Amino acid sequence: MSAVGKGAGRLWSVRVVGGLAGLLAGVFLASMVWAQQLVADLSSHLIAITTGFTGTEVVLFGTTDGAGDVAIVVTGPRTPVTVRRKERIAGIWINARSVRFEQVPGYYMVATNRPLDQFVGRPVLERHQIGLPNLQLGPREQLAPDQLALFRSALIRNKQRAGLYGITLGQVAFLGERLFRTNIYFPANVPTGLYNVEALLIRDGEVVSAQTTPLVVSKVGFSAEIYDFARNQPMIYGVAAVIGAIAAGWLAGAIFRRV
Amino acid sequence: MQVYLPIAEMSVNALLVLGMGGLVGFLSGMFGVGGGFLMTPLLIFIGVPPAIAVGTQANQLVAASVSGVLAHWRRGNVDVKLGVVMLLGGMVGTVVGVWIFSLLQRIGQIDAAITLSYVFFLGTIGTMMMVEASRALIRRRAPTAKRGKLHRHMWLHGLPLKMRFQRSKLYISALLPAGIGAIGGMLVAIMGIGGGFMLVPAMIYLLNMPTGLVAGTSLFQIIFTTAMATLLQAATNQTVDVMLALLLLIGGVIGAQFGTKAGGRLRGEQARLLLASLVVAVALKLAFDLVVEPNDVFTISTRMS
Repeated sequence: MSAVGKGAGRLWSVRVVGGLAGLLAGVFLASMVWAQQLVADLSSHLIAITTGFTGTEVVLFGTTDGAGDVAIVVTGPRTPVTVRRKERIAGIWINARSVRFEQVPGYYMVATNRPLDQFVGRPVLERHQIGLPNLQLGPREQLAPDQLALFRSALIRNKQRAGLYGITLGQVAFLGERLFRTNIYFPANVPTGLYNVEALLIRDGEVVSAQTTPLVVSKVGFSAEIYDFARNQPMIYGVAAVIGAIAAGWLAGAIFRRV
Repeated sequence: MQVYLPIAEMSVNALLVLGMGGLVGFLSGMFGVGGGFLMTPLLIFIGVPPAIAVGTQANQLVAASVSGVLAHWRRGNVDVKLGVVMLLGGMVGTVVGVWIFSLLQRIGQIDAAITLSYVFFLGTIGTMMMVEASRALIRRRAPTAKRGKLHRHMWLHGLPLKMRFQRSKLYISALLPAGIGAIGGMLVAIMGIGGGFMLVPAMIYLLNMPTGLVAGTSLFQIIFTTAMATLLQAATNQTVDVMLALLLLIGGVIGAQFGTKAGGRLRGEQARLLLASLVVAVALKLAFDLVVEPNDVFTISTRMS
């Protein structure tokens, strides 16, 4: 943990000091720190949500310096989420109890080369938040443990249904001894923001090397412009929407006047 | 062909949405109603969040009512003075409605509130229309029914602030059309519908307006309440997706043209009975969903707190 933390800290400070050159140096430095025990990269560092976006796949590939197991953890931007439970009140089902979680990743996926319990113990999984049971979500309310567990599992279930949390472990495939790759799928409803793709090399039940690669999911082009417009100038956006609708209605009326 | 909706943040099949717009447009052309009451449930059904379905519908209805009012305007079937009085009430109703909408969204009850208001309004109006249309059909077979009074006097006509509406040949309290407008405005804001199915009977039975002027005048008023609802929804709740509105619009405009022609071949009572069955069916479906235990009693929301 300390090596990972220091490495991440150094990477961060370097990045702040100098722009692109610093970033490159940082990545270089980070790989130096762990003596190239594990190097990984993505086929793309930007997922562009365009008007025709229907989901996409990113390939993660890398190499290790010898035997060992690899775990890939992809974590989306963390935002608050409210979980509500419906109850039957006067015969109809309406929202009653709610719990707010402050630190919920918008996306979460784990991939390994073999089942986790075969090569790593609980403490390591918890420390690195590997696997859904070990994901920290930051519930705000103080709740009875059984109640909290209920809401927590409901949150995960809903995210899984939306295709944003992995239902099963993804498969990391080794090509020979050292080369590995895995495909990470992002559905059409993937939230935008900065993603962390963490590649961990595990030997004898301990993390011996880790590398974090950023991945940006961003709306681009027309859909990005509309979204920004609606967010930043909601009033003008509303006026534009109304004017557009009036024009469209007028046009339609004129076109079909004779028909 | 998939299209990504920037505000709803989801990808939908463009042809499906165009088709839905076309179908609802066809029905609205056939029966002369806005069709919002069908579109909002359909949008929710394909996974659009209810709040966005409502906000976007308001925007789409602006266009639909503009093109609708043009035809009525050319035939001189719009009572502008009465429309403006209704509109004043409508403005107040819309502001109140959007405020209620925000409040419900904050406490997490907006979905249930939208569904409940649908069940209530569609159920009531649909049943009333059904009864009325069946009676008319029966009367047609036995044409012995006596003619009713031309003008019934109710306590409503004793209200203050009397105004003269030359076009509609009415001398009534301004509070009456303004009140009807206010209810219409609230419906636009909370349910994402123009409220035509509510306004038209109210104008006929409560105001005793000449039937020929009712559709044009209510549409005229709906342009402004939907425009205002769009503005307020965009500004306070950010729930207007112009991309979705555009798709619905294109489908709706084309569908309405065919619907109008098909409607010409239907007899009045039959058309009303069909429409009433449709309205009641939608209400029953929504009521069913409210009463039956959902697959998962837990839901999550990331939009706002």
